[in-house]
Amino acid sequence: MDVQQRIREHIASQPVVIFMKGSPDTPMCGFSARTAEALKSCGRPFAWVDVLADPEIRSELPRYADWPTFPQIYIDGELVGGCDITLQLHEQGELEKMVQQAADTAA
Amino acid sequence: MSMKQTIEEKLGTRFEPEWLEVLDESHNHNVPPGAESHFRVTLVSDGFAEQNLLARHRAINATLADELAGQVHALAIHAYTPQEWQARNGTPESPPCLGGGKADRG
Repeated sequence: MDVQQRIREHIASQPVVIFMKGSPDTPMCGFSARTAEALKSCGRPFAWVDVLADPEIRSELPRYADWPTFPQIYIDGELVGGCDITLQLHEQGELEKMVQQAADTAA
Repeated sequence: MSMKQTIEEKLGTRFEPEWLEVLDESHNHNVPPGAESHFRVTLVSDGFAEQNLLARHRAINATLADELAGQVHALAIHAYTPQEWQARNGTPESPPCLGGGKADRG
């Protein structure tokens, strides 16, 4: 499977996915850490991809998504944004609704 | 011209912002002194009124595409309309670096 297909597979097969540096429990970047914490607080499981461990995805995803930085968060197959957008949605109470709705619909 | 000035000039021209602040936060990260790699932008513009957050961030990223393809590694973005900005009183602080991405690009 080529890298584009692998990216599509990650995004399409999970209701909530974060592409981040490190893992939610061992994040390797402050922006990834904050974003993963916001997702954790939504009370549903989510998928994650460590781009430091997958150099192909790391180099291809910015082009695929037309989004230059990490982390990147996808809900229901759509790019939500990076750290700042996710935290702003979290602050507004929107993130929790979006994550719960996506997770519950997929369940 | 410093990278901070380049970013200010490009965003100022493109968005004609009511408020623009560009901070070089590189010293908080795992990069050599003077790296000019990590920035925080706060931009307040009437033009954002019709755009959701994703569209606002995409517009800023596109304006700085050359810089992001080069030495700018992280760009924190806070994009508000004048009304949203008045309602908030400032932006959150950037998180501390945790060491990943040393000597490479995001």
